[in-house]
Parts: sequence; structure tokens; C-alpha cells
Amino acid sequence: MLASLNARALVLSLVLLAVFLGLWEAASPKQNISGELTEYELLMGGAEPKAAVPPPSAVIGKAWEELRNPFYDAGPNDKGIGIQIGYSLYRVLSGYFLAAALAIPVGFLIGMSPLMYKALDPFIQVLRPISPLAWMPLALFVIQDSQASAIFVIFICSIWPMLINTAFGVAGVRKDWVNVARTHELGPFKTAWIVILPAAAPTILTGMRISIGIAWLVIVAAEMLVGGTGIGYYVWNEWNNLDLTSVVFSILMIGVVGMLLDTAFAYCARLVQYQE
Amino acid sequence: MSTPFLSVQNLTKRFQAPKGGESLTVFENVNLGIEKGEFVCIIGHSGCGKSTILNILAGLDEPSDGAVIMNGKEVSGPSLDRGIVFQNYSLLPWLSALKNVTFAVQARYKSWSKKQVHDHSMKYLEMVGLAGGAELRKPSQLSGGMRQRVSIARAFAIQPELLLLDEPFGALDALTRGSIQDELIRIWSGSDQTVFMITHDVDEAILLADRILLMTNGPYARVAESVQVEIERPRERANIIHHPDYYDIRNHLVEFLATRSRELAGKQDDDANSAPKVVRFGANAGAEISSETGSKSGTRKRAVNRAD
Repeated sequence: MLASLNARALVLSLVLLAVFLGLWEAASPKQNISGELTEYELLMGGAEPKAAVPPPSAVIGKAWEELRNPFYDAGPNDKGIGIQIGYSLYRVLSGYFLAAALAIPVGFLIGMSPLMYKALDPFIQVLRPISPLAWMPLALFVIQDSQASAIFVIFICSIWPMLINTAFGVAGVRKDWVNVARTHELGPFKTAWIVILPAAAPTILTGMRISIGIAWLVIVAAEMLVGGTGIGYYVWNEWNNLDLTSVVFSILMIGVVGMLLDTAFAYCARLVQYQE
Repeated sequence: MSTPFLSVQNLTKRFQAPKGGESLTVFENVNLGIEKGEFVCIIGHSGCGKSTILNILAGLDEPSDGAVIMNGKEVSGPSLDRGIVFQNYSLLPWLSALKNVTFAVQARYKSWSKKQVHDHSMKYLEMVGLAGGAELRKPSQLSGGMRQRVSIARAFAIQPELLLLDEPFGALDALTRGSIQDELIRIWSGSDQTVFMITHDVDEAILLADRILLMTNGPYARVAESVQVEIERPRERANIIHHPDYYDIRNHLVEFLATRSRELAGKQDDDANSAPKVVRFGANAGAEISSETGSKSGTRKRAVNRAD
């Protein structure tokens, strides 16, 4: 055996990254930065005469610059990337945990009671496919606060996967295990705690993991609409500044944070996993 | 006649057919009694309703008609007075073997301290040979035999008045089955536990039971005979086969399963209060054969002849 699968995969990943970055760098038009600037260029502050997607070297330079000092605050339109991501995470997590606090108990109820399932199913089926951003105008009007509206949009989009997965997990608990609870005279609360919650936990965690992924997708769009702070606003603001280097950098940051969130939930899911 | 500890009266189970068809009667007018401390096995073909009877005794299923009376009270709903061991172990896979027992003990003895619960649980796990670290494993890390041992330890640890075993050894290989049978009989001998057990294994039934109930095939299944096993205890698997009654009983059971369970099947019982016919072997053979059916069975005649 040459090397472990992981080691070989890592080498291959690095090779692919190098090839990709190399091609990107080679494809980027070289800006003529030597020589005198024309009067127009001077007026534009040395801006590139023709905007183009920046080469990876420029993005890496930008990343280095931003990540060295992520928490500076120089006014409403100039905050460090750390602050922007912090705002986004705050909105995502508060909306998300509000949703969890509602979705998991209601999911339990729906999963345990066929009556509640049938009664609530039409509402869920109609509300679930609504794009979360469609709620934004209504939220802005009712809540009268753009920050809280963004949190509401996160709330409404994270609720469905958690609700449906919890109901599905609870309804699917094996009859044998429920019978174990019944024959040991466990009350409803103890049955839920000792048998149903641990049995359904992996399914519930899967729903939570899907939800956090969706919430992170939606926050970028929501912040582009509400503005002010957050990574979504940052992307849109840098686009308005025609600073494509920052746009590419922030796109990468969105990906990295999303991956970290998913990894954290995958880890939690492993904690409640059991083998039959 | 005094009322036995457990009395099953005219138990009937019908399944309603969809859309007004004729309902399916699985069994009808099942009557039986079990005395305190007795070990009773029930044998019958698949589909005759053995498991349904056991589930009704457990309180997990409802009869269509009839009643189960235990200790003078009608059984309704599951209770800690009736412990169950299922064929598929029914352990909670996210709990260790020990926790699978302690949660049950805690439910049974609510006032006990953590230490009392732990010590009591360990006592029963040690009885079935699970100690020295194995009790901390999850069920998925245990073999089938070990899992069933945990399940048996749990059932005995809650010290139920009636222990129900639903083919507990059905999924185990012959060697494991033998050793757990030995353990079961050892634990049972040291207690005054009443046991009702479903099995498909004729030898297992003779080894374990005081009495073996024979069910006819469904539909309209019923408990046709009650075979007394009067081989003295302690019984051992190696020696029991040399007992003079052993093969008489065994042949009787096999013959019942092979032919008579079918011949007697599907006949509705006219007499709603009929108890199963008592069959005995050895010195007591023929002593208690009920008169109205006495002429029917050649097997019992053979048993009588042997006894001479």
C-alpha cells in the first residue's frame, strides 16, 4: 500500500487547486500597472480602465489584508469581514434557534398524534414551498424593523426541515421500543425523554443540519435586501463599489463559514447516532 | 375448584375484514389457567395466535372477547407486574446493557437510590453472565445471545408476577440457545416466578415446562391439549433424553404439530367453557383424561401401554 486514502485524496485536492488557480491566474488579463497613469486613470484613483474578474493572487492579497484585521470598524460602510460575518451569524443563529424551539415540540406533537398530523399537514404543505424572501415585505410591514425582519425570514425558512424531520422521526420510532416504554409503565413525559427523543434524535439532527444550511443560504439574500450590516450586505456593497476582489473574497468566506456550520452540526449528529 | 393465579376466559380475537367482508377469527374461546410459580409453554404453528395471546396477557393487545384475570384483577393495559422478553430482544440501542436494565428497575422501584438500582441491576446481569465490562457495551456491540441475556436479566430484575417469553431463543444458534436455556432454568428455579413462554422447539418445551399447551391451527384456533411434563427437576439437557417419559412426550407433541393440529383446525368449539384436555405420561398416564374425548387419541393409549 502506497499511502492512506486520505493522504492520496489530500494530494489530489492540492493538485486540483493548484491547476485551477493556475488556469484562473493565466486567464486573467494583465493590468498594465507600470508606466505613467493617464489623467483619466488619475481621476479614477488608479482604477482599472476595464473591470475584470481579479486574478487569484489579488484575491489572496485581499484576503490576507482583511483577515489580518477582521474586526476594524471605520464607519457604516467600512467594517472588517469578522464584524460582517458576526452580524450574519447572530441573525442566522437567533432565527434558527427560535425556529428550533417551535419546530421540535410541534414536530413531536405531529409525530405522536395522527390527528394533529392530518390537521396541520395542509398548512405545512402550503407554507413550506414559499420562498423565504417572499415573506420579507410582510415582515417589514408588520415588524417595522429591518433587523428583526431578517431574523424572521431565517426563522421561517429553518422551521420546515426541522418540523418535518422531527415529525417523521417521532412517528417512525419502532413499535418495539414504544412497547418497552409501555410495559415499563413509563408516563408520557418519561416515554418522550427515555425512548422517543433518543430514538428520533438522529432524524431530528438531520433536519437541523438541513435547516442551518438553508438558513445560511437565505441570510445572504436577506441581507442584500435589508442592508446595513452582514456578509450579504458586504457582498452587495462591494459590488456597488465595483471592488470585485472583495466580492470574490467574500464569496469564499460565505462558503467557508457555511462549511464550518455544517461540520459543527455533523459532529452533533454523530453524538446522538446509535447503531441498531 | 379454586381460581388459578392467572385465568384466561373465553379469549377471542377477530380481525375485522376491510369493507364489510367476513371477519377473520384467529382464535376463539381460549380457556386456560396458570398456577403461581408454574412454567408453561405454548406450542402451535405460525398464525395460530400464540403471539396475540401473549400480547393480550401483556396488555399490549386487546381481545375481541373474553378476559384475562390475574391475581383476581382483570388485565387491562401493560403493567410492570408482567415482564416480557421478545424474540428481537427489544433493547434500547442507545443505552448500554446496564442502563437498559437500570431504567427498568428504576421504573419498578421508584423510591430506590441510584446505588440500590445499580446493585440490583448488576446482580441480575451477573446471573446471566454479563459482567466485567460487558455490561457497559451498547447492544450493537453484543452478540445475539448476549443481547437476549440482557433482555432476560431486565425481565427478571423487575421481578414481575408473570414473566412472558415470546420465542426468546428463536433467533439464536443451537449452542447459544442451550446455554441460555440452562441459565433461564437456573434463575427460574431460584425464584417463584410464573412463566408463560411461546416456543417452536419441542425439546425446549419439554426441558423447561411444567405444562405444555398445544394450539390447533388457525383460523378458529384453540388450546386443544395441556400436556403435563412430570419429569423431576432439576432437569439437564444431557440427561433428560434418557428419561422414560421423554420420547413419549416428544412423540406426542410432534404428532400433534404434524397432523392433529391440522385435523382439529377450523372446527368451532361448541362448548364455550371447555378447558383444554389434560394429557399425562408415565406413572400418571390416563389418570386425568377427560372422558368425552378419551377415545379419540391413539397417542395417549400408547402412553398408557408404556406405563404398564
